[in-house]
Amino acid sequence: MGATDKLLAQSLDPALLDQWFDQRFEAKMAEREAAHVPSLSIIATKGTMDWAYPPFILASTAGALGWDVSVFFTFYGLELLKKDLHLEISPLGNPGMPMKMPFGPQWLQDINWKVPNVVMAGIPGFEKVATGLMQQTVKNKGVASIDELRSACLEADAKLYACQMTVDLFGYSQDEFIPEIAGWIGAASFLPQAQKSDVCLFI
Amino acid sequence: MSTNATQTLDARGMNCPLPILRTKKALTDLAKGETLAITATDPGSLKDMQAFCKQTGNELVSSSEHQGEFEFLIRKS
Repeated sequence: MGATDKLLAQSLDPALLDQWFDQRFEAKMAEREAAHVPSLSIIATKGTMDWAYPPFILASTAGALGWDVSVFFTFYGLELLKKDLHLEISPLGNPGMPMKMPFGPQWLQDINWKVPNVVMAGIPGFEKVATGLMQQTVKNKGVASIDELRSACLEADAKLYACQMTVDLFGYSQDEFIPEIAGWIGAASFLPQAQKSDVCLFI
Repeated sequence: MSTNATQTLDARGMNCPLPILRTKKALTDLAKGETLAITATDPGSLKDMQAFCKQTGNELVSSSEHQGEFEFLIRKS
């Protein structure tokens, strides 16, 4: 301790100093919190219509709230960045998925069709039909389309990253994807970003 | 719907998160102090609109429910 510090310590009342520090600390922390822009990082790994909703809903909403958003699309998630979205849904092996008709009288719409897996697996085009019905349901209920949500993400300046390894693995070419992609990167580039974000989700 | 708002937004029939996304978009076109009146039917919008305003620092002047429709007035800050 230097001579000045000694003098200072003698003349200061420790209790007062603590009180001053507590107040100052509180004020500084509040200031910091007010100036902090929250951030969200999502790792999107699924390429079906149902699994396309969570990342795009969360990313577009966070964007609307003024958050910094970045989404890393990897493996089947890369399908969500295609110029032409042909996302399908599969009820096969998904007992949690209600199977209801989006048209007809209400009593018909209320029926949850329990179709056995073996039947779903055996009927050609079953997934196409299920996808068509889901698209109709989405429309009827005023839920946004994936295209719409993706545009909202881009408008809100969300950074959409594509996994370069997946492109090579699945033999894609970069021009199959939307030009707004923020970067073709790998895990080593995304992880340091995710580390700094307030919310990080794997979907 | 409040008629003296600077702008109105009809979000009826839209589901989460569309009312919020449209609100955000409409607010960007407004100047500070101007108001936006929103009508929505999504029951989730009641909580969502409060959270949106709290997070973005805009003022939720009023919110009300009338026969399944929700009305909000937001002042841009």
